[in-house]
Amino acid sequence: MSGIVPAPVARQPWQMLFPLIGLIAFGALVLTSAAAGDFSRYAESHLVRFAIFFIAAVVISRFSKDLVKFFAYPGYIVVLLLLMAVEIMGTLGGGSQRWLEVGPIRIQPSELMKPAVVVALARFYDSLPVGMIPTWRALIPAGAIIVLPMAFVLLQPDLGTSLAIAFGGGLVMFFAGLPLRWFVMAGAAGLAAIPLAFFFALKPYQQDRVTTFLDPESDPLGEGYQITQSKIAIGSGGLFGKGFNEGSQSHLNYLPEPHTDFVFATMAEEWGFAGGLFVIGAFAVILRWGFRVARDSSDRFGKLLAAGMTATIFFYVSINLMMVMGLAPVVGIPLPFVSHGGSSMMTNMICIGVLMMVHRWNLNAPKRGLMA
Amino acid sequence: MGIFSRRSRIAGRQKDLVSQTTLENAFDRRTFVVAAGMGGLGTILAARMAYIAIAENERWVLESESNRVNLSLIPPRRGWILDRNGAPLASNRADFRVDVIPDRMKDAEKTIDELAKILDLEATTVADITKRIDDARGFQPIEVATGLDYDQFAAISVRLPDLPGVVPQRGFSRFYPTGPSVGHLIGYVGPASAEEYEENPDPILITPGYKIGKDALEKQFEQDLRGEPGARRVEVTASGRIVRDLETREDVQGDPVRLTIDGPLQDYAARRIGLESGSCVVMDCETGDLLCMASMPSFDPNSFSAGIGRVEYSMLRDDERVPLRNKVLKGLYPPGSTVKPMHCMAFLDAGVKPEEAIMCNGGRRIGNRFFNCWSNHGRVDMAKAIYQSCDSYFYHFAQQVGFAKVADWAKKMGLGEEFDLPVTSQFYGTVPSPAWKERKFEREWQPFDTVNSSIGQGYYLTNPLQLAVMAARLATGDRVLPRLRLTDDKPKFEHFAFTPAEIDYVRQAMSDTVNGPGTAGRARLPFDDILMAGKTGTAQVVSLSVSDGKSGPWKYRDHGLFVFFAPFDKPKYAGAVVIEHGGGSGAAYPIARDVMTFLFDPAKGMEALRALEEQWGGTAQERLDRKYRAYAAANGEAVPPVPARDEDIFDQVEAEARVAARQPEQLAEEAIQPRVDTRTAQEVRDASPPPQAAPAPAPTPSATATPASGTVPE
Repeated sequence: MSGIVPAPVARQPWQMLFPLIGLIAFGALVLTSAAAGDFSRYAESHLVRFAIFFIAAVVISRFSKDLVKFFAYPGYIVVLLLLMAVEIMGTLGGGSQRWLEVGPIRIQPSELMKPAVVVALARFYDSLPVGMIPTWRALIPAGAIIVLPMAFVLLQPDLGTSLAIAFGGGLVMFFAGLPLRWFVMAGAAGLAAIPLAFFFALKPYQQDRVTTFLDPESDPLGEGYQITQSKIAIGSGGLFGKGFNEGSQSHLNYLPEPHTDFVFATMAEEWGFAGGLFVIGAFAVILRWGFRVARDSSDRFGKLLAAGMTATIFFYVSINLMMVMGLAPVVGIPLPFVSHGGSSMMTNMICIGVLMMVHRWNLNAPKRGLMA
Repeated sequence: MGIFSRRSRIAGRQKDLVSQTTLENAFDRRTFVVAAGMGGLGTILAARMAYIAIAENERWVLESESNRVNLSLIPPRRGWILDRNGAPLASNRADFRVDVIPDRMKDAEKTIDELAKILDLEATTVADITKRIDDARGFQPIEVATGLDYDQFAAISVRLPDLPGVVPQRGFSRFYPTGPSVGHLIGYVGPASAEEYEENPDPILITPGYKIGKDALEKQFEQDLRGEPGARRVEVTASGRIVRDLETREDVQGDPVRLTIDGPLQDYAARRIGLESGSCVVMDCETGDLLCMASMPSFDPNSFSAGIGRVEYSMLRDDERVPLRNKVLKGLYPPGSTVKPMHCMAFLDAGVKPEEAIMCNGGRRIGNRFFNCWSNHGRVDMAKAIYQSCDSYFYHFAQQVGFAKVADWAKKMGLGEEFDLPVTSQFYGTVPSPAWKERKFEREWQPFDTVNSSIGQGYYLTNPLQLAVMAARLATGDRVLPRLRLTDDKPKFEHFAFTPAEIDYVRQAMSDTVNGPGTAGRARLPFDDILMAGKTGTAQVVSLSVSDGKSGPWKYRDHGLFVFFAPFDKPKYAGAVVIEHGGGSGAAYPIARDVMTFLFDPAKGMEALRALEEQWGGTAQERLDRKYRAYAAANGEAVPPVPARDEDIFDQVEAEARVAARQPEQLAEEAIQPRVDTRTAQEVRDASPPPQAAPAPAPTPSATATPASGTVPE
């Protein structure tokens, strides 16, 4: 931190920003190809959105701890109300929808809910007296914070996002130190509930997705088609890919959603295993930085906040990659920073913003431990 | 408490010991484990990707290519079948066509209904298509319609997204300009059957629009005619839209096959047979070239290009005149008196002098039995025996020479012979002989067998091609071999050991049959300088007690036969006409006359044909079309479907042919009763036009029968 680099520049979390910008730029390249070489169709708005949300993230990173703590619950409630509004609008409008339109901006409250849940939970465990952690008082309110939005999102219906909320919230509870046996019991109960959920809770099209995932060849022209085509795209890329703008799977429309859910397959076809390693590696660096931020935080709020945000980003990445490689059913979850789409960019950039914020708090906080 | 905190729950509800520090420790440990788990998952994902992209790379590259590139075979244009002058007997016509591929259809019934609506297909056609779809293996294209006009083609093309499995194409369809005239000779083409594909799983066989030869020459010359399929590699999108052509290899048209057939003559002969059921063969005596092999009634091979239609098949099968049988090769008939000149050659060879004569007293005693002649000819020498067709003469000399010798000559002259021709099958019939009867029936040869056989009845069975070859060999004294494929070389034939005088003698006698005091005066050609020689024949199919052979049920009437060559003194062409159940040779030789007239002077021949066709109600093609429509209207959809296998289509006909061929065998169990002509000389003379300027020596008329030309042969 000394020498030619001025301190304000050196302070920035470059170990995260470099891979992030790399991913964004790479994403723009892939999106150009997904639009058959047309930069303006996807890539341009991708970069514009990133620019906007990056500014938003920087703004978020300037928030003080007290401010965030103060707005944690109100913010959560507002997003919850928005979710309810979506539900009501959908019912009135005669059909389900996932967004609210305010002027030219289309807000998807379920997306905002992911970071909101993490913030609310972090706030909750921060304020909970340490001694109460192993008691039901640590569980019931937190459970409510998670389950309420999940219920609304499921009604939309949006299985992927509700799972993302559960995953993010659940991990925060886990990190908060709740007794392990609760998680083991919940896990066991969840396993037991899977058959019930499959037969009674899932809609037929969702059931199809699961059965197709288990046996893609059973329906090569229907649901399994997407997974198969994705595997063909990834597999035919080989070590270094077919080259920029040369992917036949995406250009000839064999690959479904080449610019959103299956953008990784689009990328892999043209850039091969090398491109895949770059993407996975970039995410690994970002997520590792996220956990480091969490560990470096001196207080419980910051720790939980950072770990929760990291978990949320991870959920996106892992589910998307597993789906694209045929390891998970097809759920509509995009790849952060690469896929074209405003809502996922917003959510992930909020997470990044929060992480940058905690990072800033850490720098400003009095050093502790031996290093001090 | 740790991440895997086994709390010290030593006693009852003791609270876990929780403090700021334990929580922080727990957080560190738990985040570490979760992060490690994430790292692990990341590694698994990377490994998975490496597996797909590197280990399985080859497989996915292949699949990606098969996605991207669509290889479609272009059916090769079939080689033409040409006549001896290079005119096409079978060619290809560019057309628009629609096929369906059953495997790719979502709802076959609905799709076919839709197509039927667009193309205005008849109910029977739809039934045929449905049947074919049921029979076919799924990948096999089924032809729905050919010869579409551009509007229909366009109408289907724009609806393609709603019609999965429908393949509209520009292509070529086989075209036979003379239609039914060449049906039996050339055969027809159709899509390969499932069996044929299994035998030879060449992808070209299941390419929509690809046809293979199904019968006769089309089948026989399949390898020559087939050609090399072209291929088109195109890049297609997932929805099947073609992005660009990658590579196109043109098809190589099949080789043409040049036949010895004279196209116009073939057409003329087929049409001249008219309402009768029969065949006409003409060949070149010098080279053996088969100029015409007409067999009627026939089918129109043009309408078979998608396989035989249900109504069409039913109509053809129900017809007692068996339009599905090639009568030139598979019609077997007792040759009747047409073998008499050939038997005379056998007698000459055995040392009988032409001047040797017998007395015909309306018959002849052979052994202790009297056998009738059809008339009383008085004194008969060899020439008179031929032109007057006296049975007694042959009874006598066949008995004297021995029929085994005669049978040897019959074989040498082509009867019972299977010729080396590119045809799918030929029935070669029977030349009866003592040895043959012993072998076949284990019974001894009887004098009445000699009597029957000497006049071409009894067990004798020949096909029209053999009769034509016999005529050619008689005319030239050479062992002429028929051929169907034109080559430049002139074949050398073995010469029989006859003196020119002997050959001239028989030629003259046969000329007298037509141009002199013989049995076929009306066969005289309308030329002064070209004289045709011939020999009439009438083959009884049932005994006299059943029918008189001239009237009554069609199938009991006598076959009419005529063998001929012309010009008689320097033979160039020879041939045979056989009219099934024509009621006698009178049905046959006018046809031979007109065909030969056409050969020497087409204009004169056409004149005769036009008058006749007006009377019959149009050309063979027109009559067939009309008959088809009438049949379809009368029977509607209530017709049975076509057999699934191509072979079955003809099997039945061939079976019937065998039965028909066996018919005279029963007759052979007794001595033949040649019909006795009871008319007076005056009646016969009135019934027939007088021969124009008969140049032949005036014969001595016998007491009861006048040597008149006309309706009463033999």
